[in-house]
Amino acid sequence: MPGKPIVEVTGVSKAYRRGTTLVPVLTDVSLSVQEGEFLALMGPSGSGKSTLLNLIAGIDKVDSGTIIVGNIDITSLGEGELAAWRAVNVGFIFQFYNLIPVLTAFQNVELPLLLTGLSRVQRREHVELALRVVNLAARMDHYPSQLSGGEQQRVAIARAVVTDPAILVADEPTGDLDRVSAEEVLQLMDRLNRESDKTIIMVTHDPRAAEKARTVRHLEKGSLNDFSPQASR
Amino acid sequence: MIFLLRLLVKNAFRHKLRSGLTILSVTIAILAFGMLRTVVDAFYVGVERASANRLVTRNAVSMIFPLPLSYKEKVRQIPGVTRVASANWFGGIYIDEKNFFPNFAIDAKEYLSLYPDYVFSPDQLAAFLRDRKAAVVGRKLIERFGWRIGDTITLRGTIYPGNWELVLRGVYRGLDENVDERLFFFHWDYLNETMRKTAPRRADQVGVYVVGIERADQAADIAAAIDGTFRNSMAETLTETEKSFNLSFVSMADTIIAVVRLVSLAVIIIIVAVAANTMSMTTRERFGEYAVLKTLGFGGWRIACLIFGESFVITLAGGLVGILLTFPAADLFRNLVGAYFPKFVVTRETLLLDGLAALLMGGLAAIVPTWRAIKIRIADGLRRIG
Repeated sequence: MPGKPIVEVTGVSKAYRRGTTLVPVLTDVSLSVQEGEFLALMGPSGSGKSTLLNLIAGIDKVDSGTIIVGNIDITSLGEGELAAWRAVNVGFIFQFYNLIPVLTAFQNVELPLLLTGLSRVQRREHVELALRVVNLAARMDHYPSQLSGGEQQRVAIARAVVTDPAILVADEPTGDLDRVSAEEVLQLMDRLNRESDKTIIMVTHDPRAAEKARTVRHLEKGSLNDFSPQASR
Repeated sequence: MIFLLRLLVKNAFRHKLRSGLTILSVTIAILAFGMLRTVVDAFYVGVERASANRLVTRNAVSMIFPLPLSYKEKVRQIPGVTRVASANWFGGIYIDEKNFFPNFAIDAKEYLSLYPDYVFSPDQLAAFLRDRKAAVVGRKLIERFGWRIGDTITLRGTIYPGNWELVLRGVYRGLDENVDERLFFFHWDYLNETMRKTAPRRADQVGVYVVGIERADQAADIAAAIDGTFRNSMAETLTETEKSFNLSFVSMADTIIAVVRLVSLAVIIIIVAVAANTMSMTTRERFGEYAVLKTLGFGGWRIACLIFGESFVITLAGGLVGILLTFPAADLFRNLVGAYFPKFVVTRETLLLDGLAALLMGGLAAIVPTWRAIKIRIADGLRRIG
């Protein structure tokens, strides 16, 4: 069940420079995400949802405002500290899976563990467990090109959870998948949220994907609209 | 670390054709660099071999002007001088000009005493010293022409006209591998006697005097004393150490050596540009992957290791093949122009420089791509995927 806030976004603004023009993307956005929540961020293209996700995940910097994740103000961290923080606290799921093509499924999942102090044997145990969770243990020696889109995304999910991060961020995780594969991926994310209490923040265009979330927030022109808990859940 | 090593090796060969062509470019560059350096080294072999206990006295105006025979005794009497040997560049041709080899008329007993580097069997040396029309040659020269002891060898004179028939009485081997074993010596007395008969005005003329001295630290004083003795004479002398004398020959080829060095530098610079272009293309294609790695928490130095490592894998692979090919290429070159170089050997220093050049290429080629990969914002890198 959702508990205390794990992510607190307060008064965040962000603008990008296009030539000489400064284009505002987020304006004074505040958001709170509870521990164990499954939040969907929806909105039209250019509404700033991916930017907000990137800021929460620590892969972009705010212009103003603060973001506190698990009691750490990540807006005050330097590049190196932020990289170390991401390695421990955030699992990423991308639209295009973003697996390294020359590495096997096993090696792709092992990547984040290289930054930990785990031994080779311990890493193997963690990777095998993560691949079992996504039901791909039998295909661990396959390269991404030998896997379907859905399978690749499941490998990406295994990579995201293998370090047992505090939050999972997913940017259009079903955007490049057919309906059946998308459903499998969403079910997997739902299971991770329900059974493992993973906090998930997902950006999506897809209403079917948003249905899996417990909470949906809409972004429009850089501002968050009202809170919409999922009645059915 | 092993994981990253495997990843960078796999990355290096993701585009086999591109990497293969870059490796080929580096191979050619290292091969050319190694060969050109070996050519430059070959120019300096005589300089390195020079003894500090030998001086060479020549005409101060130019080496092509001779010195009177009468100087010999005067030089011998200068304190510190142990031996004086006359030597003339003969410049004879054996059958055809393409058969070039250095040949000298020498004051045999004195000269060979000054050069213990040439090792003879006692019998052959005695036979040579006994016979005024005798000649001795280096081991490589006798092998080159298939001569046998007792053969009559006819040299066609260019500086000293006529056909000179000489009987081969001995063969020397070098004291070590750096000694030139393709020289031809015969008696200066025979040359002089013949000149007395055919061109008396050219008799009693010596090309250079090789002067043996007791101690190397006396070289400057003795050289000054010799030159002082003949100051204001018809043939003033210039005495220098054997090393300086040999260097003066190398300096004649200064421009060639400078060009060779410039070419080898240019080759390296061109290949650095080729390798840098490859690495730039590769890195540009992988900005998305580097962004993913950065997202996962990989810091800048790990990304740098991946790009530098990949660059090193490519250039060192090319460098290794280039180094391996340098040996057969040097053999081939030696067979073609060995007559002009006493020694044409790929040195350990050259191999080390080959390796360093390959490393340098890899390092330089990776700098800009690494800088870009590290500096690109993760969000911008991720946008390049899909």
